Amino acid sequence: MSIAEALDMGRYSVYVWSCYGLTLFCIIVELVWLKQHRKMVWQRVCRMVRMTKRQKDEAQV
Amino acid sequence: MKINIFKYAAPATFYPLAGKMIPWFMWAAALLGIAGLYYSFFEAPLADYQQGQSYKIMFIHVPTAWMSMFIYVVMAMWAASGLIWNTRLSAMMAKSLAPTGALFAFLALVTGAVWGKPTWGTWWVWDARLTSELILFFLYIGFIALGAAIEDPRRAAKATGLLALVGIVNVPIIYFSVIWWSTLHQPPSLKLNESTMGVEMLISILLMTLCFWSYTIGVALSRVRTEILQRESKTDWVAALVQEGEKK
Repeated sequence: MSIAEALDMGRYSVYVWSCYGLTLFCIIVELVWLKQHRKMVWQRVCRMVRMTKRQKDEAQV
Repeated sequence: MKINIFKYAAPATFYPLAGKMIPWFMWAAALLGIAGLYYSFFEAPLADYQQGQSYKIMFIHVPTAWMSMFIYVVMAMWAASGLIWNTRLSAMMAKSLAPTGALFAFLALVTGAVWGKPTWGTWWVWDARLTSELILFFLYIGFIALGAAIEDPRRAAKATGLLALVGIVNVPIIYFSVIWWSTLHQPPSLKLNESTMGVEMLISILLMTLCFWSYTIGVALSRVRTEILQRESKTDWVAALVQEGEKK
């Protein structure tokens, strides 16, 4: 069987590959979104911790 | 040596443990996915005698449909545990599972529709199996939306927990719908003590299911870590963690 025949999936290529493609796409989107969201939360928490520390230091002075 | 598992119910001890577990589950998901795809395309029969090669959609559709139901059950169990014992981590685990559950429900519906077109001649019918799976997708969306709409995390956990518990009645309806009612969807090919499926097809489906399961655990753990950071941002241990992270 040639590669073209294998990819053709017996004339069902659009149906089969769209399912596999969509699944892969959704997984990648979820992973990227997860990473971006974590980065955003981490930066926000860092800012908050720095601010609290500064306030504590100022109160001590 | 005794291991106290309740120690890990505290966010401060669970956070580093989850961080160590994520790469293991993600690598397992990647390897199982490669094995599952290899079995699906090279070991499983080339074509079905009725559906031709369109049956290969089954190796994505069935595992995603199973996962959508299984994740909901696990999510409801965490929600119940949160309501009964009032543990913060349980509610966070339930919340972290919902988006991935919704994703699998969405994929099960879309891949089912795409598979339905060449085999049934239609994208969609309002039969019991398809409709109950659509309700499951809406339950996930409702769970996420309700959680996002309530600002106080404890009140949000209670409201979403109740919704998860009420919605669990839909899971057996999805599973038994093809037995209880006359539907266009085929009856289950796989039961606890028997299978009408070829061994290679069964291995492919199980490998893909294990891949999605490992992926779900990895993603949920990652999401719960972010949630812990958000909720515990005013605690000393998060401050220490941030300072340690900034030193690096």
